[in-house]
Amino acid sequence: MAKRKPKSKAAVKSRPARKSKPELKSKAKSKAKPEAATASPAADPKAAEVKTPEAKPAKPATISAVEMGARQREISVSEFFTKNRHLLGFDNPRKALLTCVKEAVDNALDAAEEAGILPDVLVNVEVAATNGAPPPSPSQATRFRITITDNGPGIVRQQIPPIFAKLLYGSKFHRLRMSRGQQGIGISAAGMYAQLTTGKPVQITSRTGARAAAHYFEVQIDTKKNEPRIFENKKIDWEHERGTQVAMEIDGRYQKGRASVDEFLEQVAIANPHVRLVYRTPESETKEYARTIEELPPQPKEIKPHPYGIEFGVLLRMLHDTKSHWLSGFLASEFSRVSSAVAQEICATAKLSPNAKPRNIHGADAEALYKAIQSTKIMAPPSNSISPIGEKAILHGLYQQIKGDFYTAVTRSPAVYRGNPFIIEAGLAFGKGPEQTAQTLEAPEVPLAEGEQQDDDNELARVIRYANRVPLLYQQSACAAYKSVLETSWRNYGVAQSRGALPAGPMVVFVHMASVWVPFTSESKEAIADYDEIRKEMRLALQECGRRLGVFLRKRERAKSEFRRRNIFELYIEEVVEACARLKGGKLAKEKLRSQLQKIALKRTGGAKTDEILGHESGPEGLPHSIIVTPEGPEGEAPVSPRADPSKGGPPEEAAPTKETTKAAKRKTKRKKR
Amino acid sequence: MAKASAKKPTAVEKKLVGVADTVILAADRSRDPALSIPVRSLANINFNEKRGIIEMGKRKQERTLFNVGMAKKFMQTVLVADALAELQRANLTTSLREIYYRTKHTMQDSNENTFDGQNESDPLIEDLEVTLTALREELHVRAENAGSIVGPVVLTDDGDRVDCARLGKGGYSVPSIVEPEFIQIKRCTADFVLLVEKGTQWNRLSEDKFWRRYNCVLLTGNGQPPRGVRRLARRLHEEHGLPVYVLVDNDPWGYYIYSVVKQGSINLAFESERMAIPKAKFIGLSSADPETYGLPRNVGIKLNDKDVDRAKELINYRWFQKKEWQEEIKRMLATGLKYELDALANKDFRYLTKTYLPKKLKERDWLD
Repeated sequence: MAKRKPKSKAAVKSRPARKSKPELKSKAKSKAKPEAATASPAADPKAAEVKTPEAKPAKPATISAVEMGARQREISVSEFFTKNRHLLGFDNPRKALLTCVKEAVDNALDAAEEAGILPDVLVNVEVAATNGAPPPSPSQATRFRITITDNGPGIVRQQIPPIFAKLLYGSKFHRLRMSRGQQGIGISAAGMYAQLTTGKPVQITSRTGARAAAHYFEVQIDTKKNEPRIFENKKIDWEHERGTQVAMEIDGRYQKGRASVDEFLEQVAIANPHVRLVYRTPESETKEYARTIEELPPQPKEIKPHPYGIEFGVLLRMLHDTKSHWLSGFLASEFSRVSSAVAQEICATAKLSPNAKPRNIHGADAEALYKAIQSTKIMAPPSNSISPIGEKAILHGLYQQIKGDFYTAVTRSPAVYRGNPFIIEAGLAFGKGPEQTAQTLEAPEVPLAEGEQQDDDNELARVIRYANRVPLLYQQSACAAYKSVLETSWRNYGVAQSRGALPAGPMVVFVHMASVWVPFTSESKEAIADYDEIRKEMRLALQECGRRLGVFLRKRERAKSEFRRRNIFELYIEEVVEACARLKGGKLAKEKLRSQLQKIALKRTGGAKTDEILGHESGPEGLPHSIIVTPEGPEGEAPVSPRADPSKGGPPEEAAPTKETTKAAKRKTKRKKR
Repeated sequence: MAKASAKKPTAVEKKLVGVADTVILAADRSRDPALSIPVRSLANINFNEKRGIIEMGKRKQERTLFNVGMAKKFMQTVLVADALAELQRANLTTSLREIYYRTKHTMQDSNENTFDGQNESDPLIEDLEVTLTALREELHVRAENAGSIVGPVVLTDDGDRVDCARLGKGGYSVPSIVEPEFIQIKRCTADFVLLVEKGTQWNRLSEDKFWRRYNCVLLTGNGQPPRGVRRLARRLHEEHGLPVYVLVDNDPWGYYIYSVVKQGSINLAFESERMAIPKAKFIGLSSADPETYGLPRNVGIKLNDKDVDRAKELINYRWFQKKEWQEEIKRMLATGLKYELDALANKDFRYLTKTYLPKKLKERDWLD
């Protein structure tokens, strides 16, 4: 672009001017804001060019640096995200509905767990009321009202407006502790989306205890200032003695299936068996996911950053902000796993005095310090900052929500990427469950025509991914979890898999990453980034699951094939006897031949031994952390039946017995029989 | 069919009933019933250089009932034997496909079929042919009429006189069973037999009345010639002393067709005795022809991996060890191209009739 000819100069100059005008107009129109903040950085470099001495002002569209300067101003985060809402997961109405539910549920669970309360969450999604007109059917509706009620600790009155109506406000960003939310954007972004699409404020009711009053708020964000605007603030009577309720009305679409609200909540239930979740769908169905584990996962501890995971810029900031007076003290107190001895060693390597003032270290010294940290041997960060779901809980979650014949779960020991500790967990549910297997057996037997096959079942496995117990529903193929399922060679474990594809079969693969900082590929937290250390741990966990599945499948296959062997001999003997009789023109003692052949068959197939194998088709097989379900009921670490406890202060309506609960009840009685 | 006629059982029928006897005898002695079936594969054939034909070796394979891998096949073999015996008693002939349908049913108390496809029953018939040393015709199984003949030959078929010189362009469709009991060669004034691989080229020659001009019999098998065509060529060769020339595409499959006509096939090695024509000659298309006849390179087709593999197999067959044949195959591999007979049309529609064959015959340019 930088041509010397004056003519082209003029052309270049005129362009920014022409460009900025319509932009200005559209801004003014759409949001009644004087100017697009984004326009100024775009214009910036051009402005510099204008200032160059040999520039001859072209008449129609010159703007002086002063004029431009007048337009240059700060951009508020809220304004930025109103424009870039796709970054936060509000790209389309269907995803927006999911994101709103997800953010609210994440917050509810985080709060309850941190307060040491077993979470009880009620999610209610309904078609928003229309003025007089009959409400459209859920699949046609474009406007929904979402209400999420929890039994968490509640929120103190003065914090309610900023939490729900100020972006980047929260408790989780500044500490290194495992939690679902990380940035403090989610719920306020959901509120902002509501305000953007329906203009309705977010309604919050919260109560911190039986003796405190419940507060009701209606808030919106002032997008220019990123400050809450309070519309309503009053004390009300609330039937719950403790908890928070958020309600908002948004533009959305309700569609079942992949990446739907239904799928999300089902997956939440799998990874959080300590949560009781009641979901009222827009179709007015009630789904209850019962609590199967009556204890909270251990509280993750907050940790200091590990020196390996720190970036240079962060180190500079920390050096500047620290309260320590000496470098060695700074290192030992601000980082985890840095003892004073290690601090001394780092200082020596960096050729800096341990007594230097942290604030005075910059430039080359800081760089030397950074390099010294990287080259010093430092213990891996403590892993008590993360709390895995646990093998038992995963098993219970899978067992409750997914029908199958075999379940297993693996929790790896902690590992580290870029100084952040993490734990990978994997689980597996295989099969269609004894009920359905029985059903297919009972299906009427139709003779097969040429080209037809007994089992035309080619479904691929389903991968469910989690980061800090939150299901990830979008961008599957970009996710390290998905990739590691692909790269595991399932064929070794008796499961079909074509090249570069998911394993085939009735199978659900569960992958969870728990970490103080989950590396997502984007802001909207949809896929886990592909670090070698993470991939490796995932692969190892999946391989262990695969091995156990392999043992189960092989054993089952053996019993089956013995059975089949016996079976086919019996079938074929019948055919052979009949054919022989015809060949002999009917002159044959059929009974005699048949019994003779059957005797030989019995001898050949191991006789009584086979019966034994058939009788004990499967057992726990000495497999750790696995459940095997047979028509007689589950074996292994099957969960104790969910205890129905309506006593605790939970969401108001006790759900009528639904599909899920009756199924659980059935299982319960089965277990009793055994 | 259980009510068999009072007729005396034929020799073949007795052999078939023998299958049932094997089972009964084994059951009586509490043994696993077994049929020993000669192996029909490359490993169990010998090339008799003196006679110039492929002969079947002595290796046999036990097929037993109480072996999971073989049980179904054993059961199927007995079923096929039963169906074949039924044909004998009723004195009917039938096709392979009908045998398949006749023996197919769902087994008692299961949804498993005795046969899932014809590809399961066909090889069993061949197995029984070898095991019982009965020819397919004797088993009353016929293949489809998949060949044509035209030329100065007079045949008798079911008492009808068939003059193959008066059957227009279409000729006479060669039945699958051409044994002297069914077809007699009444008269033959031809000088040689030309066996063409492709029906299209046979049509060309027939339309151009090539046979009249060069006084020959034109035969085609539409690809790999079926038994009827091979047997008829052999009878013309044997009974009337006609030399046989084979005209095939220039590709590994063409070479193999020629070798089947000449020495017999690997799969049906036991049939070479009565079908092979060890004196048959390979007239074309040779890999040297494109150069000799100036066929442009662009009418060739690139050899694919399968072609190359097949050619490499052929090169190792004992009956392709002659120096000219090694050169022939290696030349094809070296150019990396195959040529169809049809490619001759590139020069002229009647190039095959007018130029190619006359020149070949005149120069006696063929491979043995």
